[in-house]
Amino acid sequence: MKPPAFEYLAATSVEEAVAALAAGDGEAKVIAGGQSLVPMLNFRLLEPALLVDINKVPGLDFIEPDGNGLRVGALTRHHALETSELVQARFPVLSEAMRHVAHLAIRNRGTIGGSLSHGDPAAELPMMAVLLDATLVLTGENGAREMAARDFFEGALATALGDDELVTEIRIPALPAGSGWGFEEVAQRSGDFAMAATAATVSFDGAAAGEVRLALMGVGEVPLRIDAAETSLSGSMFDETAMDQAVAAVDDAIDPMSDLHASADYRRHLAKALTRRVLQAAWQRAKGERP
Amino acid sequence: MSARHEIKLTVNGAVREASVEPRLLLADFLRENLNLTGTHVGCEHGVCGACTVLMDGGSVRSCLCFAVQADGAEIETVESFGGMDELSPLQQKFREHHALQCGFCTPGMLVTCTDLLEKYPLATDDEIREGLSGNICRCTGYENIVRAMRAAVTERDNERHEASS
Repeated sequence: MKPPAFEYLAATSVEEAVAALAAGDGEAKVIAGGQSLVPMLNFRLLEPALLVDINKVPGLDFIEPDGNGLRVGALTRHHALETSELVQARFPVLSEAMRHVAHLAIRNRGTIGGSLSHGDPAAELPMMAVLLDATLVLTGENGAREMAARDFFEGALATALGDDELVTEIRIPALPAGSGWGFEEVAQRSGDFAMAATAATVSFDGAAAGEVRLALMGVGEVPLRIDAAETSLSGSMFDETAMDQAVAAVDDAIDPMSDLHASADYRRHLAKALTRRVLQAAWQRAKGERP
Repeated sequence: MSARHEIKLTVNGAVREASVEPRLLLADFLRENLNLTGTHVGCEHGVCGACTVLMDGGSVRSCLCFAVQADGAEIETVESFGGMDELSPLQQKFREHHALQCGFCTPGMLVTCTDLLEKYPLATDDEIREGLSGNICRCTGYENIVRAMRAAVTERDNERHEASS
């Protein structure tokens, strides 16, 4: 198995990379970790004329505080995010999600920007960006623009990223103080793509649930937030009626597909069961209990 | 035919220079250009783990990396671990616990285990299994690989304990 021939440029700056992408006229692709791109090349599903390698571009590999949130550079490897103490302290739900990303050898090389740009509907990072209301910084020849993660993912492997643009950074705003969290995933084997996964955060104001967020993946072409469930749970005590309503809202919102890994019915079953688990875990953590 | 690129990298401690086509995979470069055939090529799309090598100290799939991208890197392959006369401690554990049969997956297993021992506590067998889940073995059923790793983890923890006391 051999990839098709392509020209190669090891860019040394973001400007050089985006200029090469623009000149490539849609025939150039960015390579960072290459953990999704190289298999596609090996299978000859893609035949780009030029690969623009950004691994040697300085200033794109960082995890920094941003107020009480985070800024993460696009070249940050999955393993760095998985093991970052700052991420663990501020977004433990993200640390937990990162442990589910493929295998160590993939996490050592794969990058945050690469996973987001690839937009796989069964990958953890796009769902986490949507859950955490992240903003992506997209840089092109005419400068940078910002886009909410919820607007960025347009379909399976389809994003709003232009041919001549590069994801350079992801910004994650702070969660309400003391937010609880839950993350659950079901895959056939550890490290496989998820058949379905869910994640939630919940804040507790001493009397009832405050801000509630619920995200799912593997049950549609893009990661989903379930607004109706979030609205019905906010202000509740997560009693049985409120939980049932949230699960019903998930049932209404999703449109899972059948493939060789799982049937649509099984994915729907997983989505509902995992929703209940992450909401319960997030609610317990928000109240200071151990789930 | 695309333009060739000059690369210079360190492989198992020796500096190697070559002129490569961009599409040459690191796995093929190691095997075909350097005759380091200990790195095995199985699925060629990042699933089986047989081609895993250490790149700047971390395990990577050499079938998912181009040789040209390894310019300036330090690569270690299974050939650096030990030989017939002197097995590395981890290889010795594999031998003692019969953690290989046909041996095809073994180079990737050894490299992966080396990185896992460096980075994770591996306190439970579940953790070890999770760590090994990216490396496919069709002979052993994994039981003896887990046993070999358990022994290696115990030895590592004892050494760390001695070093700190």
